[in-house]
Amino acid sequence: MIWEIIYIFLAIGIIFNLLASIGLIRFPDVYTRLHAGTKCTTFGSIFICLAAIVYGLWKWYNGYASMIIISIHSFFALIAILLTNPTGAHAIARAAHKSGVKPKKAVVDDLEGKK
Amino acid sequence: MNVFMLSLVMLFISIAIAMVRVLLGPTIPDRVVGLDTINTLVIAGMILFGVATEEVIYIDVAIVYALLSYITTLFIAKYLEGGKI
Repeated sequence: MIWEIIYIFLAIGIIFNLLASIGLIRFPDVYTRLHAGTKCTTFGSIFICLAAIVYGLWKWYNGYASMIIISIHSFFALIAILLTNPTGAHAIARAAHKSGVKPKKAVVDDLEGKK
Repeated sequence: MNVFMLSLVMLFISIAIAMVRVLLGPTIPDRVVGLDTINTLVIAGMILFGVATEEVIYIDVAIVYALLSYITTLFIAKYLEGGKI
């Protein structure tokens, strides 16, 4: 039962990370590539960390007392990913717009001339 | 073979695909986006390797790597904006 949960979490994480890389290749623009490469990796990494947490908790329940440390540290890594990844994506998008990269096939640019 | 090791191999394939965008990106922000994606995938791979070998030290390294790669991304973004650091 517990292994099926770990398999499902790992499958969701791997599939979303692969989709992030494929979108990074196939999208035409900086902003759409940022959309693919940041949101999908955040979602996939959440599920990989959840698989690690469930595995550590299961080993701890079965008598390996030191395996709870893997769960706790994976939780802190999950918090670090959740805090840093969207902030970095916002900084990259702002820098790309300020350095003069235009969106491809865009008609209206709402941020033109704004500081 | 451990299932976490198998997932790690799939993550390596994903990193190799993302490396193509870093090598042939037309503009500099494209390369930065590819680098940011590779950083997140490496963090996930470190967590998987730590669980597969049941060593806690790799997950600690993953936490520190997450914070340092965030500082690197902000630094490059600030440099591209042209402001003072």
